[in-house]
Amino acid sequence: MTATIPSAIGQPLDRVDGPAKVSGSARYSAEIPLPAMAYAYVVGSRIAAGRVTGIDTSAALAEEGVLAVLTQQTLPKIAEQPPLVPSLAGTAAPGQTFFPMQDDTVHYAGQPIALVVADTWERAQYAARLLRVSYAETPPVTTLDQGRDLSYEPERIFGGWIPGRIERGNVEAGLREADVRVEGTYTYAANNHNPIEPSCTTAQWDGDNLLLYDATQGVNATQMTVSRLLGVPMSKIRVIGHYAGGSFGCKAMIHAHPTLAAMAARAVGRPVKLVLTREQMFTSVGHREEQEQHLTLGATRDGRLTAIRHHKLSPTSHFDDWAEPSVGVSSQIYACPHYEGVYRLFRANTMTPTFMRAPGEASGMYALECALDELAHELGIDPIELRLRNHTDVDAMTGLPWSSSGLKECYERGAQRFGWAGRDPRPGSRRDGNWLIGTGMATACYPVAPLANPQRARARLYADGTAVVQAATPDFGTGVATVMTQVAADGLGLSVDRCRFENGDTDLPNIAAAVGSAGAGMISAAVHSAATALRSQLIRSAVGDPGSPLHGADPVDVVVRDGVMTAGTASESYSDLLRRTFQPDVEAAGQWNPPAHDIPYATMTFGAQFAEVAVDAELGLVRVRRMTGAFAPGRVLNPKTARSQLMGGMLWGLGQALLEANHMQPDTGRWVNASLGEYLVPVNADAPDVDVELIEVEDDIVNPLGVKGVGEIGQVGAAAAIANAVHHATGRRVRKLPIMIEDLL
Amino acid sequence: MSTPGPALTQPGTARAERGPGPVRVRLSVNGTEHTLDIEPRVSLLDALRERLDLTGAKRGCDQGTCGACTVWVDGRRVLACLTLAMSCEGHEITTVEGLSQDGEPHPMQQAFVEQDAFQCGYCTPGQIMSAVALIAEGHAGDDAEIKEWMSGNICRCAAYPHIRAAIRAVRDQT
Ligand code: FES
Ligand code: FES
Repeated sequence: MTATIPSAIGQPLDRVDGPAKVSGSARYSAEIPLPAMAYAYVVGSRIAAGRVTGIDTSAALAEEGVLAVLTQQTLPKIAEQPPLVPSLAGTAAPGQTFFPMQDDTVHYAGQPIALVVADTWERAQYAARLLRVSYAETPPVTTLDQGRDLSYEPERIFGGWIPGRIERGNVEAGLREADVRVEGTYTYAANNHNPIEPSCTTAQWDGDNLLLYDATQGVNATQMTVSRLLGVPMSKIRVIGHYAGGSFGCKAMIHAHPTLAAMAARAVGRPVKLVLTREQMFTSVGHREEQEQHLTLGATRDGRLTAIRHHKLSPTSHFDDWAEPSVGVSSQIYACPHYEGVYRLFRANTMTPTFMRAPGEASGMYALECALDELAHELGIDPIELRLRNHTDVDAMTGLPWSSSGLKECYERGAQRFGWAGRDPRPGSRRDGNWLIGTGMATACYPVAPLANPQRARARLYADGTAVVQAATPDFGTGVATVMTQVAADGLGLSVDRCRFENGDTDLPNIAAAVGSAGAGMISAAVHSAATALRSQLIRSAVGDPGSPLHGADPVDVVVRDGVMTAGTASESYSDLLRRTFQPDVEAAGQWNPPAHDIPYATMTFGAQFAEVAVDAELGLVRVRRMTGAFAPGRVLNPKTARSQLMGGMLWGLGQALLEANHMQPDTGRWVNASLGEYLVPVNADAPDVDVELIEVEDDIVNPLGVKGVGEIGQVGAAAAIANAVHHATGRRVRKLPIMIEDLL
Repeated sequence: MSTPGPALTQPGTARAERGPGPVRVRLSVNGTEHTLDIEPRVSLLDALRERLDLTGAKRGCDQGTCGACTVWVDGRRVLACLTLAMSCEGHEITTVEGLSQDGEPHPMQQAFVEQDAFQCGYCTPGQIMSAVALIAEGHAGDDAEIKEWMSGNICRCAAYPHIRAAIRAVRDQT
């Protein structure tokens, strides 16, 4: 190998797509102008359970500009229903194993029952209101209280990836050994992603070739899913998605709308734009399920855990055994001989829940870290000290060492920056006027996801010394184009301004959907591989070419900087080499094969969260005054974009702790507050300044550049730190999220 | 929070009733006159996005709850999704595409890039239109004021602290 001189990686480069995003010129998937565009409006079921007995479409069809009304009678049947597999697997990835309008059964409110297509959005929307739908309604089951007695223990959850029960030792024996025990039930409201861009697809047929512009975390996932559902070969489907306006998991799986858009476009013989309404975003793209977690901790008097029992109950759909893996990391991150984690599900009239930022970890670590806070309080041990006493350098479940950790440094540096030392642990011990002040902390952890398939990229160098590096992956706010430009620049030995990363198109090399914080690691691996392959190829041509000043040099002695290859005193630029040899450009492909799943390491990203809250003593109003997070995400490709993502995650934790809840109306089975006016997300006034500390740890196991990802870890533990701070401020232990004013009155 | 918009339809000056079919509407956007045949129910947001191919203003909710569609009418911020296009005749509309001067980005656009005041960028044009107006309104005095007067623009990526930093940077330059 030749020496790499890293200079771009690790720099706080401004986003390369920044100018396009601030000027309004960045085109999202509903913003592609096509001639004769038609607009599709999805009509969702009013009822949550039963059957559609009839749809009178005559009034709608009589409206000016209406091109088609598709219902169960007229919508084509799907070719095949692919199984539910997380899109990280790099296969077809439907959000659920149910496709609407194939029969008359209604499984959930909002389930698509018709599609109205018209020449303008206003006309489609209006005509949809003219449909006369009749139903035969049966009572729905949607809430924990309705489903508790119907629950079962699934064999596997999460698309079959995770067992329904995890055990080691004998948890009963562990609890008997304990001097103290804390036990609690933690409830968690259903959450919705609500990216500001609603999901959307623009579909255009050219003969039997289909072009889709889709807001997605993986254009290849869209391509594979739509191909299977429509029975159209992969070679005839191209998916473009340069930008998505946020996702947070709701664009990670491929829900029904891209396929419906393609079906509608075929039906009317025109390009069709299908954009979900904000209300439909609550019933069309999955959600984080409502859940109840029961946690029991046993510990010795000096704070060593003897047993952890972690049970979860949650609703799933009629078709899939889905629960986010809230019980998972609780088995891994603390030394504890006895563990039992069990999922219980019941079938409910909702769509299949889906990934939502830190799926499982955000909710599971909330419960675990609050329970540990109770234990610390009970034992009179400082919360950080309690965690240190149970610290483990190996995965407590498998006994395998972490490929890298940094957790202790996170506690230490986070505590330092936050000013944790000297904290008076007594609840209600600090006041600021009418405000009760409290501080809390929690551990953060997020697994480095195992990958299944090879990841590819391509690098091309032009004779003028500029380069284009390509991979299919879209940008949904991660900054992928920016960091991959940096990775490409270092791999090629060019400055960043000579490299351009091109992405968001299935015509480019295949990358799995960027989910589970895996994007930066897997894409950088592919890009690094392509860039270094091209560099090696260029060096080999130079040293093997009698016309080159580098002729005869040993390739390992050649270093490249700013496009100039140098060995000792001899040098030649890439440009000179290509021009001299009449090559307008050269290309290399790169492929990264992820490590096998049976490597002798456990892979996890760690961090520590700290929060200070002020609670109005009389009104119960909670304000988060400041947050500090220290994280060890392996190598940081770009601290500027990484900090932003971590900060965003921490503020998501704030939303989770204090604001976000989607409420179900039990008798109708419909979400009550399906709008951004009533489903509360943090606004500017809610968001304190956030302090993010990055702790770099080396990791040569996870991927070539040692990147562990920053998309989700920021959220994990943040809600627990806030809930623990609320307890410290008030002495009230609220075991439900979000914590509302009425919980503190 | 948005300031109340200008009175877009003035009682007493009502023209002969038009619609409900398509009617001719003249809009002045970023200094350019456009003539459109649209139904009276078409919002300013859809007129911009679907008829004029000005997609800088975003549609996040169509219900007045997210601020992604924020544009200016006669220099004041309004939610384009809750404004009928027809009611903007005779008024000057400014969108994010009209912010740059002589090809140079507006200082607020520059500050958003420098402060990394966005991630996905979908709320960003609305944030920028609000942010520039906020300073002009005199609502950028301190962080508490910025927080309050920027709270009509949701950023789900939660870039808020950086949005405040960008606003401070521009406020302190001017
Ligand atoms: S689109 Fe206008 S406020 Fe959301
Ligand atoms: S940058 Fe994504 S919503 Fe604000």
